[in-house]
Amino acid sequence: MSGGVFTLVAGRDLRLAGRRRFEALLPVVFFIVAASLFPLGVGPEPQVLRQIAPGVVWVCALLAAMLSLNTLFASDFQDGSLEQMLLSRHSAVFIVAGKALAHWILTGLPLILAAPVLGVLFDMHANSILTLVAGLMLGTPVLSLLGGIGAALTLGLRSGGVLILLIVLPLCIPVLIFGAGAVGMVDMGLSASGHLSLLGALLLLSLVAAPPAAAAALRISMS
Amino acid sequence: MNRSIRLNMFAAPSSFYALSGFLLPWLWLIAIGFAVAGLYIGFFVAPTDATQGDSYRIIFVHVPAAWMSMILYLVMAGWAVFGWAANARLASMVARALAPTGAMFTFLALWTGALWGKPTWGTWWVWDARLTSELILLFLYLGFMALVESIDDVRRADHAGALLALVGAINVPIIYFSVKWWNTLHQGATISMTAAPKMAATMLQAMLLMTVAFWAYSFAVVFMRTRAIILERERQAQWVRDLAAKEAA
Repeated sequence: MSGGVFTLVAGRDLRLAGRRRFEALLPVVFFIVAASLFPLGVGPEPQVLRQIAPGVVWVCALLAAMLSLNTLFASDFQDGSLEQMLLSRHSAVFIVAGKALAHWILTGLPLILAAPVLGVLFDMHANSILTLVAGLMLGTPVLSLLGGIGAALTLGLRSGGVLILLIVLPLCIPVLIFGAGAVGMVDMGLSASGHLSLLGALLLLSLVAAPPAAAAALRISMS
Repeated sequence: MNRSIRLNMFAAPSSFYALSGFLLPWLWLIAIGFAVAGLYIGFFVAPTDATQGDSYRIIFVHVPAAWMSMILYLVMAGWAVFGWAANARLASMVARALAPTGAMFTFLALWTGALWGKPTWGTWWVWDARLTSELILLFLYLGFMALVESIDDVRRADHAGALLALVGAINVPIIYFSVKWWNTLHQGATISMTAAPKMAATMLQAMLLMTVAFWAYSFAVVFMRTRAIILERERQAQWVRDLAAKEAA
């Protein structure tokens, strides 16, 4: 029953995004544009670019994921459907988790698909690109889950957009460190398994802890 | 039974207002007295350090400030969550009153750290694990304050702040260890601050005196801020009106 509402909410959000395709593409467009600014800023030396690439890709992924967060609950909140969902007999935790899954499919997944292109632009080695993609696969769901808490807390506030960044970005620092660090390890000829394992641990922890926290935050914001 | 009723009494904003008003002069007295004693010992009695000269004396402000910054975040999160879970209004007010003081101590620790770093390491800032975590702590304080300030509804602001402080408090150790690992991996700074040189007894005394002074200062300032919040939120209550009438007379 609860699993049903999870897939139902995720499917509904995806269908809604499918009706507005260009809007759904905005995060990944931002991701590519923002990352392309760095070579223009620091210069085109392949050596330098290769070194900063993992950090640049991760920071841009972080910002791209944050940018689309304030729409996570906003439209449902405005038309009242969010209130109806919370009033229903379904668990709010699964509703929130379904929304986080939809957010990840809409922003995280395109970022993962676009990352190899950026890797090539930044002259990264094939192994490094592979690690980068693996790290993003483990790390971007954490961003969507943590972002759900921030979006729920700032629901309906005037300064919501910037506020989410201020609230969620410090919490995302471990993901950034381990994600970019994994690529750094590969570049140094070492194994990235330690960093990737820790990213996996962060993912498990946020899978368990973030949806209840976001559900509680929604209750606070709606009461 | 009798005792528990007495302790609960101070959870009522009006009783807290009276009690804190009585304690405030004493707290200020302790804060100023201990600060004067601590600074005197720190600047005039404690010996000059063999390697760092006199510049090390900033630690008498820096180290207690760094301690306070971390403790106050946990205290703030604790009161905020208590206020949320038990619906205790005063606890939420104290949590909100704590945030600016905690942020101030975090900033003070960073600032004095920079003043210490320049003569000692030749640079204002290094991306050392401790400095970086302290900076992130400042961001957490700013996030908390920004969130509660931008919510107009008092109840929602208190509870939302409590949830954010709780998530932050859970994240602090994760952030600290990830930053520490990041730092050892990059080996940007080769300064070992963990291998602290042996401290002379007078240095330790000065630091402890300053710590007591900072504690008393924190209590005093947080009480004052809480009193202001109480008056603002309870302005419709009869006792606040009576108080205002008495002040005006």
